[in-house]
Amino acid sequence: MGCCGHCSPAKRLPETHPIAHIVRETAHVQTFTFKVSLGAKPGQFVMVWLPGVDEVPMSVAEDDGKELKITFFAAGDMTEKLAQCKEGDLVGLRGPFGTHYTWEKKQKLALLAGGYGAAPMHFVAKEAAKDGCTVDVFVGARGKEHLLYLDALCALKRVALHVATDDGSQGFKGTNVAALVEELDGGARYDQLFACGPERMLVAVSQLSAQRKIPSQLSLERYMKCGYGLCGNCVVDPLGIRLCTDGPVVKNDLCMEITEFGKFHRDDVGKKHLF
Amino acid sequence: MLASGIWGITASSWRRVAKHGAGAVTTKSLWLKEHKGHSNPVIISTEHWTLNAVGVPDAGVEKAKEEIGEYNKDKPVPLIANIIAESAENYAKTAQAIVELKPDFLEVNISCPNIEDEFGRPFACSADDAAAVTKAVKAVSGDIPVFIKLSPNVENIGTIALACAKAGADGFTAINTVGPGMAIDLRSRRPILANRVGGLSGPAIKPIAVKCIADVYKATEGKLPIIGTGGVATGKDAMELMLAGASLIGIGTAVADRGADVFAKVCEEMSAWCDAEGVASCGELIGGMHRSFSS
Ligand SMILES: Cc1cc2nc3c(=O)[nH]c(=O)nc-3n(C[C@H](O)[C@H](O)[C@H](O)COP(=O)(O)OP(=O)(O)OC[C@H]3O[C@@H](n4cnc5c(N)ncnc54)[C@H](O)[C@@H]3O)c2cc1C
Ligand SMILES: Cc1cc2nc3c(=O)[nH]c(=O)nc-3n(C[C@H](O)[C@H](O)[C@H](O)COP(=O)(O)O)c2cc1C
Ligand code: FES
Repeated sequence: MGCCGHCSPAKRLPETHPIAHIVRETAHVQTFTFKVSLGAKPGQFVMVWLPGVDEVPMSVAEDDGKELKITFFAAGDMTEKLAQCKEGDLVGLRGPFGTHYTWEKKQKLALLAGGYGAAPMHFVAKEAAKDGCTVDVFVGARGKEHLLYLDALCALKRVALHVATDDGSQGFKGTNVAALVEELDGGARYDQLFACGPERMLVAVSQLSAQRKIPSQLSLERYMKCGYGLCGNCVVDPLGIRLCTDGPVVKNDLCMEITEFGKFHRDDVGKKHLF
Repeated sequence: MLASGIWGITASSWRRVAKHGAGAVTTKSLWLKEHKGHSNPVIISTEHWTLNAVGVPDAGVEKAKEEIGEYNKDKPVPLIANIIAESAENYAKTAQAIVELKPDFLEVNISCPNIEDEFGRPFACSADDAAAVTKAVKAVSGDIPVFIKLSPNVENIGTIALACAKAGADGFTAINTVGPGMAIDLRSRRPILANRVGGLSGPAIKPIAVKCIADVYKATEGKLPIIGTGGVATGKDAMELMLAGASLIGIGTAVADRGADVFAKVCEEMSAWCDAEGVASCGELIGGMHRSFSS
């Protein structure tokens, strides 16, 4: 629906929707389903508004044309209040915003997921498999109690799951990037690497991608307000590009030009914070 | 030029805008000390209008020092430092601290409509208050020209502009955002902006900008430069503001839709129109509406 019924969709104005379904994934992570589609592609994000509390960016965990899902970690004020919501409660959505992952038909892809990154990576895997891609997903977490989306990933055709935990409680002992290195050293070949997770993990993927000359696409997070390229809160040094429109998914060639990558990010007043 | 509050947080952002054709860049409003903005949502829009109640967040003079210092190392286009404060005294203190960073111009934001809960009616709503701030800033600004950013949300913008001119203003920016306005979500029945109300910008406010610029130009007899800002997205919009009296053009909201290239595109559209219409130079449009009555 447009603002006056005659214009293109008013995606920069949030509209609240009742939460249709809630799944508790882990102690701190939940997935909400809404009966609405915003036409989002894998890697894009929406601004999620909890009336009276705050609005924050979240990756789209699924948008199949009928339903939209978000998977979130209760990290602070807003997300903890969101975690207390019940089915039927109203949550505002606007978007989708930003760039998405891109692949060609029949490519061989390695997906690296850290934390809630498993959710958007499941969306990528599902869509890429439809395009005949072969997908290896490397899901990483501190311990097995933090692993997400394993069953859903296992259920996908043309998708192989690799699990890595820092403490070795499930799968490979170490990071998911180290697990990928083992596969590469064992002869595995990939056309592209996709990564979504903590910046520390993205730095490791970026370096590996450059060393092994495998193209990669990484999802970067910065503090967002408007989500569509107006306020400038998400600009990165030294390029001055806005990660809500030129990102969040960036190719590694561009990422390597972002000198603040892996070093610092800016808060809501523009002040730098080191990682 | 880039209007205040849009993209203007870092040196790298100003550089990028300059690279894409802006003739000058304006910083986001700078406070003396760190100032928190409002919670999200702070910016919402349709294709006709944008409502914002960002609440003027800024990390204070220390950060400005770092970013302006970085920008000045290799400055592609002039920098306008936009300042804000809660009292005439603090406007002077902020101006003094910022003048040391050697911006090319000072723009004094006395017209932000979305921090009224915190600070009351903006200084731009009274001729006396506006003149007092102008005088306080002029006392410390040395040879850096001072532009006063005016509010459209008054009945007598001309009188206010004249009061500022008498207090020493070197020019004006007109206009800041309109309203404030409100948008309500149907299902939750709540105002969408966390601040409930916000300033209106974008295409819908252009007619108000045109009228305000015309009033300021008339009141000050076209003697002082006006940075016309408000709803400009195309070359034709810019020329309309010039006919009302603007000699420089600021663009804010339109960068989201037309991208960083909007500055170059607007300039090209103006030259193309002037060429086609046999107008020798865009400059002759400035204040043209007022002269059309006397000829
Ligand atoms: C493109 C993008 C996609 C994201 N996708 C997801 C997702 O799918 N699932 C998920 O759980 N989280 C996601 N996040 C992170 C999520 O936005 C933060 O966890 C959330 O904002 C925390 O808010 P809070 O009030 O609970 O925490 P706070 O206590 O306010 O802060 C905790 C952390 O969240 C960051 N944060 C707060 N507000 C914002 C904001 N407006 N923009 C960016 N960061 C913010 C803070 O910088 C801080 O580091 C994503 C972030 C971005 C930028
Ligand atoms: C998101 C946003 C933030 C703004 N922040 C400031 C600010 O910090 N200081 C200021 O003087 N004006 C600010 N403004 C007002 C603009 O500089 C400009 O005067 C107004 O938006 C009208 O121009 P436009 O229609 O081209 O956007 C802001 C406007 C927007 C949309
Ligand atoms: S969040 Fe506003 S420009 Fe990116």
